[in-house]
Amino acid sequence: MEKTVNQRAWILVLPVVLLVAFSSVIPMMTVVNYSFQDSFRGNDFFWVGLEWYSELLRSERLWDALGRQLLFSFIILLIEIPLGILIALSMPKKGWLASLCLVLIALPLLIPYNVVGTIWQIFGRSDIGLLGRVLIDLGFSYNYAQNAFDAWATVIAMDVWHWTSLVALLSYAGLRSIPSAYYQAAKIDQASRWSVFRYIELPKLRGVLIIAVLLRFMDSFMIYTEPFVLTGGGPGNATTFLSIDLVKMALGQFDLGPAAAFSLMYFLVILLISYVFYTVMISIDKDETKQ
Amino acid sequence: MSAQPSSRKRMPRIRWSAIVMIAYLLFLLVPIYWLVVMSFKSNSEILNAFTLFPDEFTFQNYETILTDPSWYMGYVNSFIYVALNTVISLAVALPAAYAFSRYRFYGDNHLFFWLLTNRMAPPAVFALPFFQLYSSVSLFDTHIAVALAHCLFNVPLAVWILEGFMRGIPREIDETAFMDGYGFTRFFTRIFIPMIAPGIGVTAFFCFMFSWVELLLSRTLTSVDAKPITAIMTRTVSASGLDWGVLAAAGVLTIIPGAIVIYFVRSYIAKGFALGRV
Amino acid sequence: MASITLENLAHSYHAQPITDSDFALKAVNHEWEDGRAYALLGPSGCGKTTLLNIMSGLLQPTRGRILFGDTDVTHLSTAERNIAQVFQFPVVYDTMTVGQNLAFPLRNRGMEAGYIADRVTRIAEMIGLEQHLTKKARGLTADLKQKISLGRGVVREDVNAILFDEPLTVIDPHMKWELRTQLKSLHREFGHTMVYVTHDQTEALTFADEVVVMHDGRVVQIGTPQELFETPAHVFVGYFIGSPGMNFIPVTLDGRQAIAEGGAIDLLQDFENPGGDIVLGIRPEFVRLSRDTGLPIEVKQVRDAGRHKFISAVLFGSEINIVADAGTEIAAEMTKVVFDPSKISVFCNDWRINAGSPQTAKVGAS
Repeated sequence: MEKTVNQRAWILVLPVVLLVAFSSVIPMMTVVNYSFQDSFRGNDFFWVGLEWYSELLRSERLWDALGRQLLFSFIILLIEIPLGILIALSMPKKGWLASLCLVLIALPLLIPYNVVGTIWQIFGRSDIGLLGRVLIDLGFSYNYAQNAFDAWATVIAMDVWHWTSLVALLSYAGLRSIPSAYYQAAKIDQASRWSVFRYIELPKLRGVLIIAVLLRFMDSFMIYTEPFVLTGGGPGNATTFLSIDLVKMALGQFDLGPAAAFSLMYFLVILLISYVFYTVMISIDKDETKQ
Repeated sequence: MSAQPSSRKRMPRIRWSAIVMIAYLLFLLVPIYWLVVMSFKSNSEILNAFTLFPDEFTFQNYETILTDPSWYMGYVNSFIYVALNTVISLAVALPAAYAFSRYRFYGDNHLFFWLLTNRMAPPAVFALPFFQLYSSVSLFDTHIAVALAHCLFNVPLAVWILEGFMRGIPREIDETAFMDGYGFTRFFTRIFIPMIAPGIGVTAFFCFMFSWVELLLSRTLTSVDAKPITAIMTRTVSASGLDWGVLAAAGVLTIIPGAIVIYFVRSYIAKGFALGRV
Repeated sequence: MASITLENLAHSYHAQPITDSDFALKAVNHEWEDGRAYALLGPSGCGKTTLLNIMSGLLQPTRGRILFGDTDVTHLSTAERNIAQVFQFPVVYDTMTVGQNLAFPLRNRGMEAGYIADRVTRIAEMIGLEQHLTKKARGLTADLKQKISLGRGVVREDVNAILFDEPLTVIDPHMKWELRTQLKSLHREFGHTMVYVTHDQTEALTFADEVVVMHDGRVVQIGTPQELFETPAHVFVGYFIGSPGMNFIPVTLDGRQAIAEGGAIDLLQDFENPGGDIVLGIRPEFVRLSRDTGLPIEVKQVRDAGRHKFISAVLFGSEINIVADAGTEIAAEMTKVVFDPSKISVFCNDWRINAGSPQTAKVGAS
């Protein structure tokens, strides 16, 4: 559909621009401003230039948190995307059973983040949790509050529990939009189940999977509340992801300057990686179309 | 015309997908089951006995919450700012999404991308500046402050989803209405909005969802008067030590509104997720 | 390859069909002879696609049986029936090249690589895809995509039948003719049984040896294009085939005479009044204007359309169409009309009746 050029459309967009500018540009200016200054007790400021940036880049704190963050996002994408597709393929296609599955699957998405943390805390604790007790009874020395590996495993299980449904619902919606003629043609052509998936379903899911990967990457990269409630970033700094570290710095230690510099670099990293993801996926898309 | 599965030979695959589905649902529901069970136990049972079902079934935990204003006002506060946020997001996103779906204008693509980048902004980055911004305009600890803060990620999302729905409506409808002498406002409210009612429903669902589940900003921007239930939960736990039963009960109570909302939009969920612009 | 027999085939999309109207397909009996080209013609929603999908095994019929030769295949899967089908909208495997698309049905059946390559090249040449073989399928135009679908339909040599479900819907008019010609030549070359579903009578009449006309879930007539034109078995066939369709005049029968409001028409034969609603049908091509003999009419409009003249007129209060050759002279004083008596059809309760064979009116043909 060809759109018409109409500059008055700006009037319709203006409320959004003003509102989002108020919520994002002004705070961003504050952050940029802080990142170049030092403060004493939060009211005397003086200019320090790029000092916070160079200090942060030299400190291991940022790099460690970034490394943990990247590893975490990578693992959960690796689990949630294939699992979500599998769930979508396994969902009933119609009837009350399909509605029931949709409702149950969507449930974790509407649980407040800290309650998600609480649920897994209650579930995983080795003294009162079902999971913790069962694992210990089975002879594992499981304790997510003490052991870094257990903490990671629990945080990842929690994220998979919380967000795989999003990937599943997106994929399910994508699958539903495939015309039935494709499945019929595949039957006529005697395609195997794998071929149907490989040559019909997966190519048609490309669009929603791009959205799914982007959303899951962005949100996992910003994760704060769930691991904070569950592990508080521990044991040690084992599960201190970028947001947790930032909040510690900004609201806990009230180190405004470094926290602001941290914020900006954090935001830039997200934008950069999202942009790379997006362009890579779109360009693969275009290559295949044009050939 | 839809094709029914034509052969009995497909039975093994159906059973296999049922196994995957049941396993996944168990994985989803067992932790929730544990939360629910715990909310009906007394603290001594939680700490001293390991039971899959409460020995002594008690409503004590729920009573604690529902009779204490500092608890239940948390729910009221949450609902107020979630509702405010949903209304604001829809009100500003509807005309903007219409503009993006119908017109080309100077900077439209850049603007769209800029809006989406705000969806990528980590709330942690904004926590401190928001605190200072809303304090300086005397909005700290008000519902409107949280509602506005949540607009940061909900408005871009609302514009995105609504634009997808609106693109699905042929432009001829607009043109016919304008030719019939409808003014823009009347056309938009009387004809267009009813036509994308499902899209508005789906968008409202997402706004509700993301505002309802968010904790970091809502906790940072409130202290007493507008404190959401989710923040009250964390505070109470750290203050009173280990009142697991009440914590579990509060958790259950926060799941219920979400479950009700999902139930009402269940037939739109699949459709709603399918739309959007890549 | 074998003939395909449909026995009492009925299908309903309702789980518990009760009345006749619940059925999309109502009791079809028919035999598709081996190696012939058929067209299945009817308006949208008449049950054509349903019938096709039942034959290919994509749908299970509610009632009845399908036989390939002497084998009952009603409960066999699509693969076991070994049938090819081409759909209304192009179905291509986006991520494969054109060549891989064409090879796909053969590869799935475990054919040898050498054979596949030969066969794909041959088919691609026949339908004009040879210069596209190495391109990815997803970027192609709808025309080319539908050619791929057609190619996948005909690539297998051993199929029992090839079914086409309005395959030219999305194709440009000039390409339609080309593709239809290619299908015809494929049919001549390989001799598959072909069933071609369409709602376009030109397509049906030019493609098929025999046309099966469907209406409201029933087969109303099977015949050559000429039979459908000259002796329609049902008023629907008269109305649907031909452009404009047949003229219908409600009459009562009296010996060799058909009595209409205000005049009588000689039928040459005695139809032995069978009772029920009698309608007389005459093709616009067999109506002639005249100055002095025949029934009185009032000419409303004359349109010159190149090779033909279309005349609309009113006869006994009902509107009729007349088609005359371009050279025919039409004058203002031509106020009479003559029917070619040998071309008159008589219908009782919508079904054709013939003189001499006493007809029991087929009641219930809605």
